Amino acid sequence: MKPAPDGDYVATAREGMGNACLQGSLRSLQARYGKGALDAWKALPDPNLRSRVKARRMQTLAHLDRVLALLSQGVEARGGQVFFADNAEAANGYIRDLARKRGVKRVVKGKSMLSAEIGVDAVLEAEGIEVVETDLGEFIVQIAGSSASHIIAPCIHMDRRQIGRLFANKLGIPYSEDPPTLTQAARKALREKLLTADMGLTGCNIACAETGQISLVSNEGNIRMASTMPKLHVALMGMERVAATLEDQRDLLQLLTQGAALQKLSTYVSFVGGPRREGDPDGPEEFHLVIIDNGRSRILADPEFREVLACIRCGACLNICPVYGRIGGHAYHSPYSGPIGAVVTPLLHGINHHADLCKGETLCGACRDVCPVENDLPRMLVALRRKLAYGDAGWGVRPHNRLEALGFKIWGRIMGNSRLYAAMLTIARALQRPFVGRNGMIGPLPGLQNGWTAGRDLQPMAEQSFRERWRARQNNNPATADNSRETRHGR
Amino acid sequence: MNMEWYNSQAAPFLRRFHRRTQALYAGDFPCAANPAGTPDFPAQFPCSYARSHSDPFVQCLVDALYPEVGEAMVQVFDRLGVPLIYPEAQTCCGQPAYNSGHHREAAVAARRFIDLFEDAEAIVCPSGSCVAMVRRHYPELFAHQPIMRERALQVARKTFEFSEYLVDVLGVVDLGAAFSGIATYHDSCHLARTLGIREQPRQLLRHVRGLSLAEMDNSDACCGFGGTFSVNYPEISLALVDDKIDNILNSGTDIVVGCDVSCLMNIRGRMSRRGESLRVLHLAQVLAGEERT
Repeated sequence: MKPAPDGDYVATAREGMGNACLQGSLRSLQARYGKGALDAWKALPDPNLRSRVKARRMQTLAHLDRVLALLSQGVEARGGQVFFADNAEAANGYIRDLARKRGVKRVVKGKSMLSAEIGVDAVLEAEGIEVVETDLGEFIVQIAGSSASHIIAPCIHMDRRQIGRLFANKLGIPYSEDPPTLTQAARKALREKLLTADMGLTGCNIACAETGQISLVSNEGNIRMASTMPKLHVALMGMERVAATLEDQRDLLQLLTQGAALQKLSTYVSFVGGPRREGDPDGPEEFHLVIIDNGRSRILADPEFREVLACIRCGACLNICPVYGRIGGHAYHSPYSGPIGAVVTPLLHGINHHADLCKGETLCGACRDVCPVENDLPRMLVALRRKLAYGDAGWGVRPHNRLEALGFKIWGRIMGNSRLYAAMLTIARALQRPFVGRNGMIGPLPGLQNGWTAGRDLQPMAEQSFRERWRARQNNNPATADNSRETRHGR
Repeated sequence: MNMEWYNSQAAPFLRRFHRRTQALYAGDFPCAANPAGTPDFPAQFPCSYARSHSDPFVQCLVDALYPEVGEAMVQVFDRLGVPLIYPEAQTCCGQPAYNSGHHREAAVAARRFIDLFEDAEAIVCPSGSCVAMVRRHYPELFAHQPIMRERALQVARKTFEFSEYLVDVLGVVDLGAAFSGIATYHDSCHLARTLGIREQPRQLLRHVRGLSLAEMDNSDACCGFGGTFSVNYPEISLALVDDKIDNILNSGTDIVVGCDVSCLMNIRGRMSRRGESLRVLHLAQVLAGEERT
């Protein structure tokens, strides 16, 4: 993933807000799925499922080394191969070398955000290999030369007219905006690719250490084909995406499909633990599981952020976040958008670099309510902001905004002294007078205040603060004159 | 998470609070005669809390920008006969600094708040986000300072949001208030999501004579304020507040009521710029409306 230049957040957010098609799609997405997930949690037969799963998830993360060892033993026992990649380069190198050795010409992909994170497509394409996305949304985004703007619904920023024009151009079919016709066209194009591919490249939703299998969910059947039809199946797995037991895996899959699409179970759930065995009617000849760290062990080591590794990438937080609901996914400049992206992207790719993601949320807490594993994303956003405020050697963070830091230093002084605070109020009241308009509000102001006043009027300070009014009231009513602790605490 | 906190921390305190005051004033006041002894007090007042007092925390925004909200809260307590002790040296709970990551400065404000309010019987604040700051984030701020953390927890246990205090602690839903109009209620994020307080303000509003309550769509969607967010990312913030205002206008009401002036400042500021004339009021201002008979 090529890092995006700083400051792009606002510009891309603006584009998203100006895209009428995206706005319409986001509205209907959020009206249905965000609220739907909240309702689904309320209707769970076991109201403690989410907290129990979370506890198990944290327990598994605490023993991740042993759980992963068990998983790899299971896969290897079935004749699969496991490669632990420290970073994107190692993972890409392994896949490239494998493709070279096997003379791979065409790769079909199942949807995988991790593949976008490590940028494996570009590496394979540089080898002259054709890489084809088989998830319908990802396929559309790929042939459009765009990028996913939602982790479950990648092409949510495009409507059927745009897709119709795109297919007419790229697939050479007559223009149509009828979704079944377009789906059939994609299906036909993809079927040809799937039948002739040499390698299937998929992600991994949740692996299970006990059974030594990974699991893959899909509604289109493309992942099952991509993982069984080519001779070679390579699965990419973030090192945290593993459950210890089959029971844990079942619970997680249940939460995943409900959080993502309000489904009790997705149309297809594949369990893959190795290559085809004798007597199997289908399956690849080779199975490679690439377990990727790429910054995750650093998150694991920090108790403040470890929780974020419990995430199962269902995308429910995107479906409820008011900010994502307006700006769309491209502003995050990462395969991971929305609230989860705002936390995990800075942690993976640099906190200073993605400072806008840390600061560009309202901390409303809707993501925390809807998260199937009850991740406290707002807490982690505040923790990221603390690192930006003071710098952090462990994470290599530099103080982000010295002016803001100075502002809060002064603010701290004022709030620490009630007399100074009262004096500042008096000064501010005097200074604001020329700016108060006829409607009693302050209109557009230059400079720092412009952030507020460009689109909103500002309420001026009242002529008498509450404290002053209270004092006046006490003086008029001697019976209650002792109802203040000024004498004891006056500072 | 909230319920867990409530059950372990707040509920035992509330029970103690009830017991203590009931024992102290048994027989003196009509509501102490409530035979079941449940929190379901009859709506007669002054009730058994008349001789206990509460300490209002009137946060910086209300103090400086909306003193009428603080006064309205005082009027409501006057009507209930709850004496107030107002620590005049109070300033800010520290939330703006905390949310921006400036936790050292936030800790200065928090320490001051704890010093000032430690001896209070109950601290009542007309803001959900300030109360969320005290209850949830003060103990986090002092996570590595055991003594301060204990003090923070003590203060957290007795800090209440205004509507919560009225309904859950005093057991009052009908304040005899009157206010004419159709109101819609905006759920503030920290009040609704962090503290889980959604019903209490609505209960209070439903008992206001002459007022009818109509729900807007997405009443608990964020208004887009978010503290420094609104200044750092004004375009995104405006998009969110515009959504909120559209929902308010579509509800066909003529008053918006909320429990946090920071949201109300945002909504009112945008409405003023858009030229909308709906009234934007804090719950306390509605409840302070006197019944004219």
